Amino acid sequence: MAASNPGMDEDVFAQFLDQLDRYVRERLLPAEPDVIANDKVPDDILEEMKEMGLFGLTVPEEHGGAGLNTSQYAQVVYTMAYAAPAFRSIFSINVGMFNSALKNGGTPEQQAEWWPRIAGGEIACFGLTEPGSGSDSAAMQTTAKPDPDGNGWTLNGTKRYITNAPHADVALIMARTEKEALPKNAHVSAFLVPMDTPGVSTGSPDKKMGQAGAHIADVMLDDVHVPGDALLGGETGKGFRFAMMSLDNGRISVGAASAGYARRALDSALKYATERKAFGEPIANFQLIQQMLAESETEIYAAECMMRDVTARVDRGENTIRQAAAFKVFASEMCGRVMDRVVQIYGGAGYLAEYDAERFFRDARIYRIYEGTTQILQLQIAKHMLRDFQANV
Amino acid sequence: MKILVPVKRVIDYNVKPRVKADGSGVDLANVKMSMNPFDEIAVEEAIRIKEAGKAEEVIAVSIGPAKAQETLRTALAMGADRAILVETDDEVEPLGVAKILKAIAEEEEPGLVILGKQAIDDDSNQTGQMLAALMNRPQGTFANTVEIEGDSVTVKREIDGGLETVKLTMPAIVTTDLRLNEPRYASLPNIMKAKKKPLDTKNPADFGVDIAPRLKTTNVSEPPVRQAGEKVEDVDALVAKLKALGVA
Repeated sequence: MAASNPGMDEDVFAQFLDQLDRYVRERLLPAEPDVIANDKVPDDILEEMKEMGLFGLTVPEEHGGAGLNTSQYAQVVYTMAYAAPAFRSIFSINVGMFNSALKNGGTPEQQAEWWPRIAGGEIACFGLTEPGSGSDSAAMQTTAKPDPDGNGWTLNGTKRYITNAPHADVALIMARTEKEALPKNAHVSAFLVPMDTPGVSTGSPDKKMGQAGAHIADVMLDDVHVPGDALLGGETGKGFRFAMMSLDNGRISVGAASAGYARRALDSALKYATERKAFGEPIANFQLIQQMLAESETEIYAAECMMRDVTARVDRGENTIRQAAAFKVFASEMCGRVMDRVVQIYGGAGYLAEYDAERFFRDARIYRIYEGTTQILQLQIAKHMLRDFQANV
Repeated sequence: MKILVPVKRVIDYNVKPRVKADGSGVDLANVKMSMNPFDEIAVEEAIRIKEAGKAEEVIAVSIGPAKAQETLRTALAMGADRAILVETDDEVEPLGVAKILKAIAEEEEPGLVILGKQAIDDDSNQTGQMLAALMNRPQGTFANTVEIEGDSVTVKREIDGGLETVKLTMPAIVTTDLRLNEPRYASLPNIMKAKKKPLDTKNPADFGVDIAPRLKTTNVSEPPVRQAGEKVEDVDALVAKLKALGVA
C-alpha cells in the first residue's frame, strides 16, 4: 500500500473548507429548485465549481490539482453533499475513481497527460458495469483486440449505468483482452478513451427515481480504435485490479455523501419540527418526534466517526478494503433510515413534492446500491473476516 | 496605481451574537469569525479594478489580533497581492484606525483607499469619513458603482432619495455599500497561492499615532424580545386597541 499521505496544509485546507461550506449554503442551496426544474446543474455554477478547483481536488499539486489526502477529500464530499446530489456527482468520478485508477495504474506519461486535464475541469466517467455484468468480471463482454499492425487496440461493447457519461470528455473503459476468464481477473485491462474518439457514443440519459441533474447513460463502443498508449499502465491484465483499488475510494465517497445528505435532511426536519404545530404546540415538543430526531443524530454521528477513522487509515497507508465497505454499508443504510424518519416527521407534508423531505427520500435510495450494493459488500466483508480467521487458525 | 483595502475581522454574519452575562460586551469565545461583509465587497471591487487593468497592486491591511491574519489570507486568496497586519489586542476605535490607515497610506501612496462603509460588529460607519478628513482627500461613501477614468473616480452613492453621482480626483477614499458587487469565492488554487504571498506584521507603535480610546462602553444588552401580536375581531376593536395603546 501507499505510504502515509499528509495531504494539503491543514490551515489552507481549513480555509478552503470554510469557503466551500459558505458556497454550498449561499450558492448551491438556492440553486436547487433550478437543478430540479431543468434536470441540470446550471452552466454558471458548473463553471464556478471548475474555477474553485473542485475537479482536481485529489490530483497531485504538481499536476495542477490540490493534492488532498483521503481524509480531506471525504470532508469535501461530506460538505458538498449537504446540497442536492447532482453538484457532487458531476465531479465525483474525476476526484474519485478516475483519479485513483490513474494514480494506482497510470504510467508517468498517462498521468502527465490526464491529471492536468481533469483538474482543469474535463469530466471523466468510469466504465465497468455492462448490461450483463457488474462485479462479476468473468461475464464481461466488452473486448479490446490488438490491431494486426501492432501498436493499438480496437474496442467493442456496451457499458451501462455510467455516471456522467452524457457530459464526459474521457472514459476509463474496462475491457477483456483475453477470451477465457483468467484467475485474478487477468483477462481484464483498462483503457483511457477520449469520448470524441470515432465509434464512441452515449445513449440518452436514463430516467431515474431521484438525484435530478445527475445523469447516467450507456456508453457504446463500436470499433473504437485507440493507440497503444491508451492501455492504462501499459500492461494488459491489470484493469480489474486497478478498478477494484478505485472502488475503495468510491465507497468512501458514497459513505461521505450519505452522511452529509443525512445531516442536511435532519437539519431540515429539526427546523420543520420546531415550526409545525399540533395540539397548540410545536411537534418537536412531543417525545416520539424527539426519539426520531435523537436516533437520527446518533446514527449520523456514528457514520461521521467511521468516516474519520477509515479515511485516517487510508492516509496512513493501511489496507482498508473491509473498513471502506463497512463504512459504505453503514452510512448508506443509515441515510435511508434517516430519510424515512424525516418523511415521518414531516407527516403529510413529507409525502408532497412541494416539500424537501420527499426528494431527500428518493435521492438517498441509490446510496445503498451504487459502488457496490449493501449485499455484495456484506459478502466481501464476511469473505475477508473468514479469510483472516482461517489464516490465523 | 495601488489600491489600499482595509479589512476587519468580525463575528460571522451568520452567527447569532450573545451578550456576556456581565453586560461588558458580546461573547466572542469560540464564535466563528470572518471578514466584515462590506470589506469583502471592497476587496472584490479593488480586484476588479486591477483585473480591468486600472490598478497594479492591491494591498490589504487589517488592524487587530494575530488571528486577523486569517482575514488577510482570505483577501489574498481572493486576489490581493500583499497584506499588512497591524497587530494589537486592544480595541481600536474608528479614529485610531483612521490614524493608522493614514500613516500607511502616506507610506504606500495608493490612488484609492476602498473600505467597507461600516463593520457589522459595531456599525460605526466612521472610519472612511475620518480617514478622508485626516488626509484631506475627497470621499465617495456608500458606493453603488465605482468607475475610474484617468486620474478621477466617479462614484454613484446610495442615498435616501436614490443615487447621487460624485466625481472625485484621486487619491480618494471610497466606502462600499451592499449592492456594489457580489464578492467571489476564493478558489482552491488561489487559496494555496495566497499562502506564499507576503504578509508584513507591524505594531500600532510603529506609526507613532495616538490610538487611545475616546469612548467607554458602560453596558451592552440584548435587544428587547419582540412581543407576540394580538388578533382583533373587527376594525372597531382595532381602533379601540390602538387608542388604549396611545398610538392613535
